[in-house]
Amino acid sequence: MDDPLVIAGREFGSRLVMGTGGAANLAVLERALVASGTELTTVAMRRLDSTGGGVLDLLSRLGIEALPNTAGCRTAAEAVLTARLAREALGTDWVKLEVVADDRTLLPDPVELLDAAERLVDDGFTVLPYTNDDPVLAQRLEQAGCAAVMPLGSPIGTGLGIRNPHNIELIVARASVPVVLDAGVGTASDAALAMELGCAAVLLATAVTRAQDPERMAAAMRAGVEAGRLARLAGRIPKRFWAHASSPAPEG
Amino acid sequence: MKARINGVERELADGTTVAAVLTMLDAPAGGVAVAVDGEVVPRATWGTTAVPDGAVVEVLTAVQGG
Repeated sequence: MDDPLVIAGREFGSRLVMGTGGAANLAVLERALVASGTELTTVAMRRLDSTGGGVLDLLSRLGIEALPNTAGCRTAAEAVLTARLAREALGTDWVKLEVVADDRTLLPDPVELLDAAERLVDDGFTVLPYTNDDPVLAQRLEQAGCAAVMPLGSPIGTGLGIRNPHNIELIVARASVPVVLDAGVGTASDAALAMELGCAAVLLATAVTRAQDPERMAAAMRAGVEAGRLARLAGRIPKRFWAHASSPAPEG
Repeated sequence: MKARINGVERELADGTTVAAVLTMLDAPAGGVAVAVDGEVVPRATWGTTAVPDGAVVEVLTAVQGG
C-alpha cells in the first residue's frame, strides 16, 4: 500500500514505531524488530558501562533508525541536556521528548514538557513529544513547533489500551501534525483502534517485548496497525441503534 | 585534582582532557556523548578540552529503552 507515514518531511513505509525497552536480550529484540517491520525505534540515553550496550550496532545492522528519547528526565532542563547529548552521540536532531512527573504513574509533566519542547524547537530539534491525552496540551505542543504529538492511550507499560478514545479523536481532529498513539497498547486490537481513531502511527514496546512470544506479537501489532489504517481510510459505517437488514426484504 | 565521572569520584592529573577520560573509560569510538558541568562538549573538541578541577563529567551512550 502506497501510504507512507510522513513526519517532518521524512517518509516511513511502516506506521509502527517500536521501542527497544523490556526485551530479555538482543536476540529476542532483533527477531521482534524484524517481525514488526518498523523503520524507527526508540533508544534511551544512559551512562556508559550501564547494562544494555550493543543496541546501536543491532539497529545499524538491521537498517532501522534510532530515535533517542529523554526517558528518566523529570525537568525541562534535564530533558534538554539529554536531548543535546543524544544529538551529539547519535548524530540525529530527532528526539522523543519525555518529561515524566513521577515513577508511580510515569505520566507526562505538562508544564515541564511544554517548556522543554519550546527550548528544543528553538535549538533546532525535530521534537516528538510523549504527552497526556489532553487535546489542549497537544495543540500547545503543535503551536510550539513539535513535528508530531504522541498522546498516551494509558500509562506506560500498563497494557490498558486506549482509556479515552474520544480525547484521541479530538486530538486527531485538530492536529495538523501526525498524531502517534504512544503508550498503553496491550494487544493488536488496541493498535488497530488507535489507527481507526485516525492516528498516523502507533509507538509501543512493552506489549511486544514482554509478550510470551515477542516475535509473534510484533507480527500481530504490524497487522493490527495495517488493518486499523485500512479501516480508517475505508470509512466505517455509522453506528445504529436498531437492526438494519443487509438482505432485501422478502416479496410479500 | 578530582572529578566526578559518571557518579564516581576520580583522581585525575592536571590538564586531563575529555578524550583522555574516554580512553580511561574504554569508550567505544561512536555513539557516545560527554557533558562537563551540564554542558555538552562537542566531539571535535574532546582532545583539547581539559576537565576542570571538581568537575562533574557525564559520559552517555544509547541503550535499550523506551
